[in-house]
Amino acid sequence: MSGAALTVRNLRVTFDGFTAVDGVDLDIAPGDLRFLIGPNGAGKTTLVDAVTGLVRATGSVRFGDEELLGRPVHRIARLGIGRTFQTATVFEQLTVEQNLDIAAGAGRGAWTMLRRRRAVPERVERALETTGLADLRDRPAGVLAHGQKQWLEIGMLLVQDVRLLLLDEPVAGMSHEEREATGELLRRVGEDHTVVVIEHDMDFMRAFARSVTVLHAGKVLSEGSVAEVRADAEVQEVYLGRASVVAGEG
Amino acid sequence: MTTTAPPGPASATTRPRASTPRRLRAPAAFLLGAVLLLGAAPLALPDSRLNLLAKYLCYAIVAVGVSLAWGRGGLLVLGQGVFFGLGGYAMAMHLKLADAATAGERLPDFMLLYGSSDTLPWWWQPFADPAFALAMTVLLPMTVAGLLGFLVFRRRVKGAYFAILSQALAAALSIWLVGQQATTGGTNGLTGIQGFFGYDLADPVNQRMVYFVIAVALLLLMAAARQLFVSRYGELLVAVRDSEERVRFLGYDPANVKLVAYVVAAGMAGLAGALFVPAVGIISPALIGIVPSIGFVIGAAVGGRASLVGAVLGAVAVAWAQSTLSDAFPAAWTYLQGLLFVLVVGFLPGGLASLGALRRTRRRAPASVRAAAPTTSAVATASTKETA
Repeated sequence: MSGAALTVRNLRVTFDGFTAVDGVDLDIAPGDLRFLIGPNGAGKTTLVDAVTGLVRATGSVRFGDEELLGRPVHRIARLGIGRTFQTATVFEQLTVEQNLDIAAGAGRGAWTMLRRRRAVPERVERALETTGLADLRDRPAGVLAHGQKQWLEIGMLLVQDVRLLLLDEPVAGMSHEEREATGELLRRVGEDHTVVVIEHDMDFMRAFARSVTVLHAGKVLSEGSVAEVRADAEVQEVYLGRASVVAGEG
Repeated sequence: MTTTAPPGPASATTRPRASTPRRLRAPAAFLLGAVLLLGAAPLALPDSRLNLLAKYLCYAIVAVGVSLAWGRGGLLVLGQGVFFGLGGYAMAMHLKLADAATAGERLPDFMLLYGSSDTLPWWWQPFADPAFALAMTVLLPMTVAGLLGFLVFRRRVKGAYFAILSQALAAALSIWLVGQQATTGGTNGLTGIQGFFGYDLADPVNQRMVYFVIAVALLLLMAAARQLFVSRYGELLVAVRDSEERVRFLGYDPANVKLVAYVVAAGMAGLAGALFVPAVGIISPALIGIVPSIGFVIGAAVGGRASLVGAVLGAVAVAWAQSTLSDAFPAAWTYLQGLLFVLVVGFLPGGLASLGALRRTRRRAPASVRAAAPTTSAVATASTKETA
């Protein structure tokens, strides 16, 4: 287990007077598969944005011994923290293999960069296997199905050699089978990575979460195992009741 | 879903990149280009035409850089005139000094006419050294581009703002040059250049030599640019163009990636400007301002900015059309140029080079990509639940 804990203390993000994240404390142990749930506007994505350097925040976010707040995005990424976005952002004009190769390459020297890509790095080969995209390696990423783009993004995090994966609604818009496949993929990835998943889908959360944090209005409402969180009366009131409606629609 | 998969290597185990005819296509095209430029053109064209072609090839060298920075990097470099001008003036300053030395004068002719002082300005002095001047033709534009790019890309200035900034710089440089009559020749520029490193440019044989130098430079730069295109850097550059934010989250600094393309393109424009001077015998503010800066980009746009050969052919074709048509209808060319730019950018963003590719993709329609994933699933794009 590559062990670095994510420790968030009193994290606060404010946009023009609106406090999106309001004093969040969060501890994610190495190897955890944590789900962040909460109604729209609870601050889940903003929390991830703050951790990855996309928005300014106050408080403290430590990954192992390193303080993350104040560092530029690409430096945080190089510390081993990777993320995906709600809408899959892959490089559509490049092939699956090129996408992965670029993700694997952030420490390459000038000489390697100026030469043509010949051999496939082993990490890329392994990610192609893990994500099941090996047969599509020479396809432009733009023609992939929605689910496959999400898997490619997760694969890109794997070759990037991150220790912590932050996934923003990885199964939104996926079919039932694709959700299953994604869940299995997360389980495999979770064996040697720390994974944080933002999710709306309760069934998906119940099936795959190891631990759950519920956010509401920028604050942590509840935290614990799936069963503990489900039993929490306050959570049921603000979220689960409403979410079951959403899940019914999806 | 009709599966019209490409016939040969579709499976994952065989590596489809290396089919031999494809591999030989680029070297074969390069060879063909070399034969045309170094063999056919000098044999077929009379001196005056060859001299014109030399001038067009200088524009083509700029287009190689434009193709890299704009075509691959997405940087709309609307101010390449600045770098072309810096290279051109660096070369012309040296040649004027050399001419003056040959004539036994202490100063270049225009300074004797307009100058107030009878000593050479300090910043002219090092250009008497041929090695320094030659190095400056490339290093000066690259340094300026490096500084500018560093400031601009770090602040995440992009798109139209970057293009406008480039334009403003081209305007500023040409205006400044016009104002410095005594030291830069003002509106006239540096003209009447007679010698080129000891060779008399009035001699047609030496003019042919200049043509060959330019043609070889173009071929070498095209080869270098192609290497950049197919390298890992070239792939990364396309990734930055298409999704800069994503690249940042992979641990790269996109500002540096863009900076490299911008600086290399500037160096190429500088070299083109330097070679333009012996071919045409003049460099002046009118050749490097806003209108020519746009002209540098139009050629690449018409031919196809993402395609190296397309950009080069487009630059030559547009330059040829300009000199032919502006002779016949001097007033109409500017309008025609604008119209051409709008038409191409609006309706054929890939330029003429994309016509062939369009036909190819039509024939080889996107095959079924969804069949092979871990789940053989119908795609649920219908239920896109894009919650915030």
